[in-house]
Amino acid sequence: MANNLNTRKAKQKTLTALKFVVLFIYLVVVMFPFFWMLTTSLKPSNEINGPVDYIPNNPTFENYINMLFKGNFAKYMLNSLIASTFAAVVATFCGILAGYVISRFNFMMKTPVYLFFMITQMIPSFIMLAPLYSMLSKAGMTNSLWTLALLYANMTIPFSVVTMSGFYAGVSNSIEEAAWIDGCGYVRALFSVIVPLLLPGIAATAIFAFMNSWNELFMAVMFVDMDKFKTITVGLNSLILKYNIKWGEMAAGTVLALVPTMVLFAFAQKYMIEGLTAGSVKG
Amino acid sequence: MKSKQRLGQRRTLFIFLMLLPSMLLPLIFTYYPLIKGGVMAFQNYTLMNIKNVSWVGFQNFKDILFNTAGVDFGQIAWNTVKWVLISLTLQFTLGFALSLMLKKKFAGAGVYQGLVFFPYAVSGFLIGIMWRWMFNGSNGVINDLLMNLGLIDVNVGWLAQKETALVSCVIANVWYGIPFFTIMITAALRGVAPELYEAADMDGANKIQQFFNVTVPSIKSVLLMTVLMRVIWIFNFPDLIYSMTSGGPANSSQIITSYMMTLVYSMDYGKASAVGLLVIAFLAIFCLIYMAVTNYTSED
Repeated sequence: MANNLNTRKAKQKTLTALKFVVLFIYLVVVMFPFFWMLTTSLKPSNEINGPVDYIPNNPTFENYINMLFKGNFAKYMLNSLIASTFAAVVATFCGILAGYVISRFNFMMKTPVYLFFMITQMIPSFIMLAPLYSMLSKAGMTNSLWTLALLYANMTIPFSVVTMSGFYAGVSNSIEEAAWIDGCGYVRALFSVIVPLLLPGIAATAIFAFMNSWNELFMAVMFVDMDKFKTITVGLNSLILKYNIKWGEMAAGTVLALVPTMVLFAFAQKYMIEGLTAGSVKG
Repeated sequence: MKSKQRLGQRRTLFIFLMLLPSMLLPLIFTYYPLIKGGVMAFQNYTLMNIKNVSWVGFQNFKDILFNTAGVDFGQIAWNTVKWVLISLTLQFTLGFALSLMLKKKFAGAGVYQGLVFFPYAVSGFLIGIMWRWMFNGSNGVINDLLMNLGLIDVNVGWLAQKETALVSCVIANVWYGIPFFTIMITAALRGVAPELYEAADMDGANKIQQFFNVTVPSIKSVLLMTVLMRVIWIFNFPDLIYSMTSGGPANSSQIITSYMMTLVYSMDYGKASAVGLLVIAFLAIFCLIYMAVTNYTSED
């Protein structure tokens, strides 16, 4: 019996060790493409076009300098930042308002309203590109950072409404009812009592909206062709369409585009995952 | 009585005003273009002849489906099936396996998850750029790794050959999509009551029996939902293909949605809208069949 237990323990140990080996290999597989982009971005062009080296022999910031100061990448990043921040603020604010009503109030049109947001979330934005273009060009709204900011707000609102309504479900009703009894109006009760409790969730929603806008490609390519309004994805897109791609600069641009995503993800990862899984686990 | 009625009116007004800002933009920038696109699908709407747009009935659909547009739609549809099915199967299996390993928390699990979930936050476009460079035929790191392992003798032009272009895109897509399944399934696994496993242990069920008789039934609804979400998502994911191969060479890695993007960029809005309509119709039918076959309801 004791012997049996021992072999079982030994087997368990081997299995655990095996598990960590597999987890380590997967970590390497996930990290490698990012590592490779970083390595490439630090190589001078003769090393990039030569035999493959995993560590740059003569590391240089030449590619970054070319992108940021000789190219217009600093401007593109600023444009992305403006459009994405605007979208994140608008979408989160809309989510705070509509999510609250959807999660807390019963009203006649509740199901259609919920469907309204679910449908917009299901249909990918590129399906609408052609009609949107004919609409926006007639209105003289192409080549404007504000148009892009509005489109990004539109793209991220449904998700933020649905996510926020999920976060409200985690807060007890009694809290704002107490505030109502104290004579608070609906709006004051919401903003002075409920919203402060949900700040982490609200931050996560805003960060998610920001990242989705920062990552958006097709609308930006479609509606912006003047250099001064280009976003970072449009900038990278024009580089990759070239016949002879300069991979060093391309890699530097990719790393620059990745940095904000990385910082925000490290910061909000836990809450983003909670938001993503909350709805599904509850069913 | 009167004041109660007034209170009711105030409540209705409050609900309306709270919803209004969130509905305004989607009405203008999503629902209106959606309807307009439905109309354009039946017109010869191209940016070249924008002055004399006329109704053409089902001509756009005929051109697309019967290859008069000069593109083999059957091949693109078959590519789409392969793209969705292979990507989904591998993402699901590997993501599920990883979840099983992450279920029990270990020291450093938080950091580990933060690192391996990171691709989820990156855009498909950037992922495509990264893998395009890695699959590069002359200076690509994948060729170098495979040569060091002795699996190939000469450089392979992964993205330049008809036989390997789609497979290469699928590999990148699998790498990209594992975190989504892992995130969802890990959360579901941690929600399964430990008593169920204890009871199964007492009944003498081994790990494999426990997996099929306890684990899978307990998280069935999450599995069904994530698979449905992902089918739709992968189907609607031209971003990665766009930056890796643009659908080439000779449409060998073209899927329906990336084909639609090429129609948009070639300014043939009528045909692009027709493809868009086909995509929406197909996905709607797929959802209905999926729900009927799996008996899936949101209350499950």
